[in-house]
This record gives sequence, C-alpha cells and structure tokens, in this order.
Amino acid sequence: MSTNAEPLSDRNRLSARIAARWHAFLDGDVFHSFKRSPTTIVALVVTVIFFIAALFAPWLAPHETSNVASLNLMDAFKPPVWQQGGDPNFLLGTDDQGRGVLSSIMFGLRISLLVGFASVLLAAVFGTVLGLISGYLGGRLDSFIMRIADIQLTFPAILIALLIDGIVGAALPADVAKNMKIYVLILAIAASLWVNFARTVRGSTMVERNKEYVQAARVIGVHPAMIMLRHVLVNVTGPVLVIATLSLAIAILTEATLSFLGVGVPVTNPSLGTLIRIGNDFLFSGEWWMSIFPGVALVILVLAVNLLGDWLRDALNPKLR
Amino acid sequence: MPESATRTPQSGEARRTGARGNARPVLEVNNLTVQFPTRRGTLTAVDDISFQIAEGEVLGVVGESGAGKSMTGTAVIGLLEPPGRIAGGEVLLEGRRIDNLPYEEMRKLRGDQIGMVFQDPLTSLNPLYTVGFHLTETMRTHMNLSEREARQRAIDLLAEVGIPAPKQRIDQYPHHFSGGMRQRVVLALALCANPRLIIADEPTTALDVSIQAQIINLFKRLCRDHGTSLMLITHDMGVIAETADRVAVMYAGRIVEVGPVREVVKNAKHPYTEGLMGSIPTIGGEHEDLVQISGTMPRLTEIPDGCAFNPRCPYVFERCRRERPDLIQVDRNYAACWLHDPAEAQGGAS
Amino acid sequence: MIAFIIRRLLQAVLVMLVVALVSFSLFQFVGDPINNMVGQESTVEQRNALRERLGLNDPIPIQFARWVGNAVQGEFGISYRIGEPVGQLLMERLPATIELVALSAVFALLGGVPMGVYTGLKPRSWLSQVFLTVSLMGISLPTFLIGILMILIFGVWLGWLPTFGRNGVVELGPWSTSFLTVKGWASIVMPAFTLALFQLTLIMRLVRAEMLEVLRTDYIKFARARGLSKRAINFGHALKNTLVPVITIIGLQIGTLLAFSIITETVFQWPGMGLLIIQAIQFVDIPIMAAYLVLIAFFFVLINLTVDLIYYAVDPRLRVDRSSSAH
Repeated sequence: MSTNAEPLSDRNRLSARIAARWHAFLDGDVFHSFKRSPTTIVALVVTVIFFIAALFAPWLAPHETSNVASLNLMDAFKPPVWQQGGDPNFLLGTDDQGRGVLSSIMFGLRISLLVGFASVLLAAVFGTVLGLISGYLGGRLDSFIMRIADIQLTFPAILIALLIDGIVGAALPADVAKNMKIYVLILAIAASLWVNFARTVRGSTMVERNKEYVQAARVIGVHPAMIMLRHVLVNVTGPVLVIATLSLAIAILTEATLSFLGVGVPVTNPSLGTLIRIGNDFLFSGEWWMSIFPGVALVILVLAVNLLGDWLRDALNPKLR
Repeated sequence: MPESATRTPQSGEARRTGARGNARPVLEVNNLTVQFPTRRGTLTAVDDISFQIAEGEVLGVVGESGAGKSMTGTAVIGLLEPPGRIAGGEVLLEGRRIDNLPYEEMRKLRGDQIGMVFQDPLTSLNPLYTVGFHLTETMRTHMNLSEREARQRAIDLLAEVGIPAPKQRIDQYPHHFSGGMRQRVVLALALCANPRLIIADEPTTALDVSIQAQIINLFKRLCRDHGTSLMLITHDMGVIAETADRVAVMYAGRIVEVGPVREVVKNAKHPYTEGLMGSIPTIGGEHEDLVQISGTMPRLTEIPDGCAFNPRCPYVFERCRRERPDLIQVDRNYAACWLHDPAEAQGGAS
Repeated sequence: MIAFIIRRLLQAVLVMLVVALVSFSLFQFVGDPINNMVGQESTVEQRNALRERLGLNDPIPIQFARWVGNAVQGEFGISYRIGEPVGQLLMERLPATIELVALSAVFALLGGVPMGVYTGLKPRSWLSQVFLTVSLMGISLPTFLIGILMILIFGVWLGWLPTFGRNGVVELGPWSTSFLTVKGWASIVMPAFTLALFQLTLIMRLVRAEMLEVLRTDYIKFARARGLSKRAINFGHALKNTLVPVITIIGLQIGTLLAFSIITETVFQWPGMGLLIIQAIQFVDIPIMAAYLVLIAFFFVLINLTVDLIYYAVDPRLRVDRSSSAH
C-alpha cells in the first residue's frame, strides 16, 4: 500500500466513511429501484408533506382549533370554499363548533402521527430487546417468550388494544385514567405490534449465535454477546425497517379505529379518527365535509406509508433483485 | 469452427470417443450463447460454445462455479428463466432444432426425450405427494398408460434403481427417504419415460461422500442399460474421471478443452486444464507441490479481451491478449489455446 | 394421531384457564364484586349477607373454582349498566355476530383465494395490476371508513340497501337468523362486505406471496423438467403447496374477523356482541368485559384447534407413520 503524506484525523476518517457509504447507497440497487418507481417517489413526497404539516401545525394551521374562546358559532357548518356558502377563511369548511376543518385535520394529523410513531418505536425497542434475549439465551426462556408471542398473535391488534384500554380504564380511578389515556393508548397499540419485531430479531440472533466466530470469541476469552450484537443489528436493520414502516400504517389505522369507536384519544385532542366520528353524525344530514376530508387525509397517509413499506421490502429482498 | 469433437472415427476406440461412424449425435450444440440483460450491461453467461453428445455416451462438463455449466444444461432443456435468454446459436436433438420451439412443443420433449436431474434431491420432490404419484404422473403425461400399468412400471423402476421393498415404498412420502434413496427416486423419475438424453446437474454434490460413488455408478449403469446419453455437469473432477467417456472443460462461459477423459486428465492440452489436473492431490506417487493457479476466474461482466484465461496463464503471449482462440485439434483433444495453433508453433511460444 | 389431538386439547384447556384467571381477577378485584353481582341498588345489609352467602370470604382458589364453574354454565353476573344477567345478554346478541362473521368469512375466502392465485400465476397481466391496486386500497382504508362510504353510497344516495340495523330477522328457537328473508339479506350484505374487505385483501396478498414463493422451488423446476402440463404444475403442485401453509393463517384471519366485527357493528348499528363490548368499555361495565374476554378467548382457541387439526390432516410431514424408516 502506498503511504500517504499525512495520517487522516479521526474526524476526517469518519466523514470520509460516511461520504463513501452515501455514495455506495446512491449507486446501489436500493436507491436505483427507488428512482425508477414513480409511485414510491410520490408516496415519499406525500409522507414528508404530511409529516411537516403535522410537526409545524401550531404555526402552519390557519386557525387555532383547541382554543375554545377563539371559536365563533356563527362560523359553524360552513361548506368548503368552492361550494355555495363557502368562506375563503375556511378552505375546507367548518364543523358544528365553528372549527376549521383544514386546521382540525392538521392538528389531528399531529396526534395520529404522534401515537403512531410512539407506539411503533416502543414496539420496536421492546420487540428487539426481547428478540435478542430470546434468541441468545434460548432454552426455556425462549420457549416461554415465543409461546406468549404465539398466543398474542392470534389476537388481533384491535382486540388487544381494546382489552388493555378497558382493563386500565377499569383498574384506575376515573380522573387518573383520563390523563393517562393517551399513554395507555400508545402502550396498547405497541403491545399489539411487538411480536413481529421480536420474531425477526430472534431469528437473526439464532442464526448468528450458531456461527463460528461466536465460538471463536469464547475461545479467545471475549464475551461473544458483544460481537454478536453488532452483527445481528447490522443484519436485522433492513427487515426491522420494513416491519416498522408497515407497522406504522397499522398503528395509525388502529388508533383511528379506536378513536372512532370512542375508546381512543380523549376528545379534547382529537385525532383523525375522532374527527371522523364527530363528523359522522352530520354525514347524512348533508354536511359531508366534516368526516370525508379527515377520512381522505387518513387514507392518503396510510396509503403512502404502505407504499413506502412495500417498496422498502421489495428493495431489500435479495431474492427479488 | 471445429464441427464435431466426436467425429474422429477410430475403430477400436469407437465406444470411448462416442463415435459410431456416421451415426447422428443425440445432442448437437452449435455456437450457443446465453445472455442476461442486467442493470450494468449484458452479462454473457455462455459464450459461443459448441459440442456434441453421441448415443449412449457420457459427456462430463466440468468447471468452477460460475463457469456456465449449469446455464448450458438449463438452456439445452429450455428452462432458462427470463430475463435470461438464448442470444445465439442452436440446439439440435437428434437432428431436430429445439431451441426455438414454442412452449407446448418443448414441454412434450421434456421428460420424454430429454430429462434433467438437479443437485438437491430433497427439494426436487414435492413433499405433499407420494413417490408413486410422482412417477405415475410423469409417465401418464408422456405415455398412454392406465393407472395400474403406470403403477406397475413405477414399482419396477424403483426396483431397478435399487430401492428395497418397492411395493411398500411406492406409497411413501419423500421425507421418508434418505438423501441417497431420494436421488435414486429422482433418477427413476428422469428415466421413466425413456428419454434419449439426461442432463445431470451436480447430482452427487449434495450427498454424503460415501454414497456419491454408489449413485454415480447407478447413473452410469442405468444410462447404459437404457441407451440414454448422459450430460454430467459437475465441478468434481474425480467423478468425471470415473464416469465420463469424454469431458468438456468450461471456463468463463467458454469451452476451453474437449476430449476423451483419459486424454484430458493425463495429457491436458489447455493451460487451465493442466492447472486443474495438477491441483488434484494424489495419494502415493511423487511428492510434488500442489499446483495452484494464481488469481481467480473473472466475473462474467469483466471478461478480458482475447483468451479469457490470459491474465492467469503461465504461457501467455501477445496474441492471447488480442484474439480469442477457437477450439484447435491437438492429438485426440480439442483445446482453445493459441499454443497449439500450427502457425504459432513456428514462431515459438514463450 | 390421538396423542397429537390430546396434546392440543390440553393446551387449549390451559389457555382457557389462564384467560379465566385474568377474567376472574378483573371481576373480583377491580371494582366491587358485589356490585357486579347484584347491581348498585341494594342496601348495605343485603350486600354483607350476600358476601357471606356467596362465600366471598373464602380463600381465593375456592372462589376461582366457583367462578369457573359458574362461567362454564354461562353465569357471569349482572351487568352494571343494563342490570340484566350478562350471560343472557351475550346469548341474545351472539347470533347477530356469528352470522355476520360467517358471511364475511365466505366473502373473504371466495374473493381472496382466487384473486391471490391469479395474481400469483400471472403477475404481469393488467388484471393482476388491478387486483393489486385494489388490495393496496383495501389495507389502507380503515374498516369504519369503508362502512361509512358504503352507507353513503348504497344507502343514502342510491337508496338500495337499509342504512342500519338488523332487519328481517326470523326466530328459530334460541337462534335468530337473517338469512331466511330478502330483507334480512339486504340488511346483512353491506356489513358483511365491509367486514370482509380488509380480510379479503390480506388473504389475497398472502396467497399471492406464497404462490410466488412456491413457483420458485426446486420441485416445481423439476416438474417442468419432467414435462408436466401447465395445469398439473400450476394447480396440482403449486396450488396445493400454496394452500397448505395458508390454511393456518386463513383460520387466524377468521378470528380477526371476530374482532373487527366490533367496528362494523358500531358503524352499522348491528345488534351484536361488538356493540355491547364497546359500550361496556366506555362505561367500565366489568361483568360484560370479563365475560366477553372469556367468550372471545374460547372462540379463538376453538379456531386455532380446528386449524391445527386441519393442518395435521393435510400435511403428510407432520404425521409420523409407524412404517416410516428413513435409511
């Protein structure tokens, strides 16, 4: 190897490595398949837009929907701006309390995405840790954990979320329960999602555990767990990302459903599901915009996330390349 | 282009070289090229190869992984998966062109005229069906037999391939059989419609070493008995030396040497073959260092100009880097190497 | 074979006991069990007397055993909110839910399996693209939204079908059925279809994925090498091998239908168990919650058991014959 004039500092080396990784990514199959799929690009753009709208809702939204004092009942029941009776102040119309539908959607998105991300994150962390433990230690602990996972898999997300919600609601006094509602919700949805993460990570761990470098590490005297961890995490990142994306779609849908049923987020902080429920009462008397627009927003969001997840799964699948 | 590597009529050696005077070869492959379009360009897996297999002959096709041997077999039987395709040349079965047949026509030939056997006997059989069903289904597809007749023939075949108690075992499922037994079943399936040619793609690689010899002998014996030609694809030179009549050595998608097996093994004419033979350890004999060919076979997207082996060849000279050599006859072999071009002999190789 | 069945039955009983334990804990320790039993209208003396009489001062295991005994007979106490015995309430509403779920299952299977097979066999045809797009919508649209849209389109705008409730019911002893009248069918069709759509797309995607996987296997390659007909390969081999692992999952999906029926019943005001449980959760009506838990668990365990048995019957690898001897 030729000798360089000066040794690179640690920092330069790290940024050089990152630059190299980035170039490899751009050159690789994953990005290539991304560029060639217009639907995926659109999906990503849509997701980003929704994300920004939700994140910056307090600044971007035309109206403050949660401030009761700012509402004017005279503004109530206004149709979207392109219909007769519409008001340019309220592009998508207003609801029965005078809240702007567009603003409500943006704040609702906030809640929906918050609950969605939080529950997926919780499920991913919990599932990964459990999968690592289960795969590495094996034996009775592993069987036990997997048995629970199996049993839980037979119960669909909605049911588990409902149950946890119900039990916590019953076990805690009413006012405490109300404040905790959103945390309980996140916990409940996460509880229905962790199994997929755990299974994948466990599988990967078991594969790594049987490899020879683990035994070699023992011979040298190094704790194999540390070395294995790095390998497992590297191998498992792809599938976990795919599962996380698809789980996000499920989480958003589950939260929306629970809120629609009235057992989700409290009404003071309505999510998209809550909005649809409220608007549902007025659907048949002709004020369709109150539930249809939040519905459309929900569908577009979930569709975009699903498309991303699908693409990610196909792009990372070595067999399909 | 040398026409046929088999048409050197030598009376006593007729059987070994596979020549029957003017008998038409069972399989004739001329200038076959198989390509895959990929994102990074067109990948040529098999590059302009030609060979023949005579009736009742065993042709070994040997080479490293990635040399194109399996691809050749798959192309001959018409099972190339898109986007792979035959980009040039032709395949003739008993004088009839088969590489451009419509699907249905080719399907009728498969199993009936040409059979193919794959590496892993466990995954070659459908776990949900009995062994007997596999056999009767195949036979009744190609031959006009009643269920009872087919079943009887199946039992006979199982006995012929060496499965004990065939009457009981015919109704068992694949997972009841061991690896060696399964490969016997697979052989029975390939033979059941009496094809003219069987292509065996690494038939013993997945088996225990102790069984490999049994199975390969079985293949050889049954093919002889049924008059079936055998194209034996493998990376194991030992198997070839034991079993084949002739052998074709492939490298980077090309055939570099073809000839009677004894000649190729003892008097290799191509530097690559020479290296291959030298790298086989022998018990007893002189203690020489194992020959090692430096470097590795090039990736199919990076094949050098001229002779594909030139970067690694100990005898390389300038022409090798420019022009790709055709198969040139040298004694009883054919080798694709400029060393043997009569014109070069005067100039003197390096 | 028998050993297998007995083992699975024991497992099932074990799961049920665990669920019963959870349910019992809910019943006894959350809130006041006396309330659960006699409602909220009784005096202190009545309660104390009842406490003695019901043996609520007995050790826990005995109470649990008693509770299980009662549960098996359908005795779950009295609903907080409605004031009637829970067991009876559930029985009244069971037929509505069961029929809804059954019809949805039929829809989901009859639609999902053929669509999945088709898109697996001809992945590039335009019809497959249509199916795939529909499936994408199917998993992105929440069930309740589908329900709302259907009511809007078929009920309000077109006026073809009734917009809510379970009409045209015929009583047959303890059961009430919608299937014997035209009105009954008109009522059940929309909810059933709404419920089925999500499952249909899931089944379709599942069958398709499995089919594509199977078509890559060596035994299919070998079948082609043997010159078997396209029909024999696609249906005799590929389809059969696809459906075997898919059966288990389809069975589980039926369980999911049970869960999702809650949503559908809410949207369509269908008087089944789902509606009951939602209200129970909102009002923290513990007896109903506890009973529902046990009932649902029972159904799931039953479905799992059936699916396991079917799987066992269909896949020869799971059977260890006496005559087998791999050598």
